Amino acid sequence: MMKIIVCIKQVPDTTEVRIDPVTNTLIRDGVPSIINPDDKAGIEAALRLKEEVGGTVTLVCMGPAQADVALREGLAMGADEAILVSDRAFGGSDTWATSSILAGAVEKLDYDVIITGRQAIDGDTAQVGPQLAEHLHIPQVSYAQEIRLEGDKLIVLRQFEDREHEIEVSMPCVITALSELNEPRYMSMAGIYSAYQEKEIQVWGFDDLKDTVDSSNMGLKGSPTRVVRSFTKQAKGAGEKLEGLSAEEAVEAIVNKLREKYFI
Amino acid sequence: MDFSLTKEQKLAVQLYREFAEKEVKPYVEEMDETEKLPDGILEKMARAGFFGIPFSREIGGAGADYLVNAMCVEEISKISATVAGIISVHTSLTATGIQQFGTQEQKEKYLPDLVSGRKIGAFALTEPGAGSDASGQQTQAKLVDDEHYVINGTKIFITNSGFASIFIVACMTDKSKGNKGISTFIVEKGTPGFIVGKEEKKCGIRASSTCELIFDNCVIPKENMLGKEGKGLGIMLTLLDGGRVTIAAQAVGIAQGAIDETIKYVKERKQFGRPISFFQNTQFQLAEMQTKIDCARLMLYKACVLKDAHAPYGREAAMAKLYCSDVAVQATRLAVQLHGGYGYTREYPVERMYRDAKITEIYEGTSEVQKMVIAGFMGVK
Repeated sequence: MMKIIVCIKQVPDTTEVRIDPVTNTLIRDGVPSIINPDDKAGIEAALRLKEEVGGTVTLVCMGPAQADVALREGLAMGADEAILVSDRAFGGSDTWATSSILAGAVEKLDYDVIITGRQAIDGDTAQVGPQLAEHLHIPQVSYAQEIRLEGDKLIVLRQFEDREHEIEVSMPCVITALSELNEPRYMSMAGIYSAYQEKEIQVWGFDDLKDTVDSSNMGLKGSPTRVVRSFTKQAKGAGEKLEGLSAEEAVEAIVNKLREKYFI
Repeated sequence: MDFSLTKEQKLAVQLYREFAEKEVKPYVEEMDETEKLPDGILEKMARAGFFGIPFSREIGGAGADYLVNAMCVEEISKISATVAGIISVHTSLTATGIQQFGTQEQKEKYLPDLVSGRKIGAFALTEPGAGSDASGQQTQAKLVDDEHYVINGTKIFITNSGFASIFIVACMTDKSKGNKGISTFIVEKGTPGFIVGKEEKKCGIRASSTCELIFDNCVIPKENMLGKEGKGLGIMLTLLDGGRVTIAAQAVGIAQGAIDETIKYVKERKQFGRPISFFQNTQFQLAEMQTKIDCARLMLYKACVLKDAHAPYGREAAMAKLYCSDVAVQATRLAVQLHGGYGYTREYPVERMYRDAKITEIYEGTSEVQKMVIAGFMGVK
């Protein structure tokens, strides 16, 4: 029985966002909200793991009250439970504050694996998933394009610039999913009606998370990020692979490399 | 009076739109050309739960209302009236028929398969000599021993026949009693003596299956009678009230789909140095048509709300079918006209919609039959 948590975000459907021809700003009015596409792939991955080995899928979403519908959609796809992490005090949180709050929420739950989307289409930072793993002190594999269970470990195919990495990871862990991971299933009609009529979404505010979230790490005040400039990252070269070394030799080789590049 | 949708209905509409956009839209031209459904579409619709919307979750349905079922037909019809029509007949006529008139045994035997979409339903009333005058049934069912009926006769224009497994069939059990001698039966595909005949080549909804059914000494068990002996015509007409509502939904969907396509086109198409959307003729024609479509949709939703409230709705169903189908034909004709020469070609979807719209004025009671029904409710006899 695998306990799977999927963290999702409700985002504006950017394919529907239009530009005001007069002011050149985004017209946000009337733009539908959707489950962030990478996160939706995360839900699908979780449901497939559950179908394969049994277990439960719990959705966690931080957002305003309107994010309820994103959670209902996930329930209608087949998730078992959903928690909305919502409080005025969380408003204005950057990725650091968001991951701190989510970590506080997730700490209250049992889990074997936490799946998040790689990044949200409205911010594109790809930081919350990895930060969440750091807060929880558990391993993480980002950019998953394939996930499978082998024994008590997960084997994840990670997309990495111009190549792929196959990574074995023990549980509990955090995996960030790419939308290429799968084709998410549709909701079902029975799922929609049962999501509203038979399931309840728990709403957790700051009062519920007091013992796991530090109030200095939340909201606008707890958000250290200042965007100075945004640009596209350059891909790095293939790097150098060191093979056949003992642990001591490997450490020495790495330290030498870091010295050579003046990192240390 | 509250015109807002429930949260469930809103999410359902989101599902219908996503499904229609991804699973139906890429295939509409091919369907029209080849007269075939894309592989796997019925299974995908079944998984999404489209074949059991107004049935309880205990038997595998969605536990939803008839209004949201009609919305499913409407939304999918915006893209493909062919695909949406399958749901209409299956749900409104066959599955509802067994739900409403079936014995406990019949419900247990047939409903789970129908509601889950594992089996598709069809409904056979029309005959070569019995169209608008449904009482002219020639197909006969005779009790041969105490346990079996033997059916002989021919039905025509039966929607869904090619892929249906469960058919509700009207037969004359006692000719001497006229309309009171008609009974309905459940006949399963594969029953010896039951043959699904040739596919009709149609003007529109071309990938939907419309066949002739031949009953040649087809023996069925007595317990397959649906409802009481002699009550068949009443059963069929009651079910057709529900069917008319979803055909009205199909019509509203076609009309809206055609106008949506036209709005896109008139903004792109330039004549006399400007997009044709700048011209008052375009604006006024589209404004008038959208007003009619909204009006049609209100009539449709009213009929659904009455049905969901278990109130009489036969009058409203007939009016909705009459008006919505008329609007569908008008809207698609306008859509072709505003597309001009391009609209007459298969490069654009509106000519197909024009062909598809016409059937909504004909099947499940022609517009003339709807007027007879409405006049009857008005006491004008």
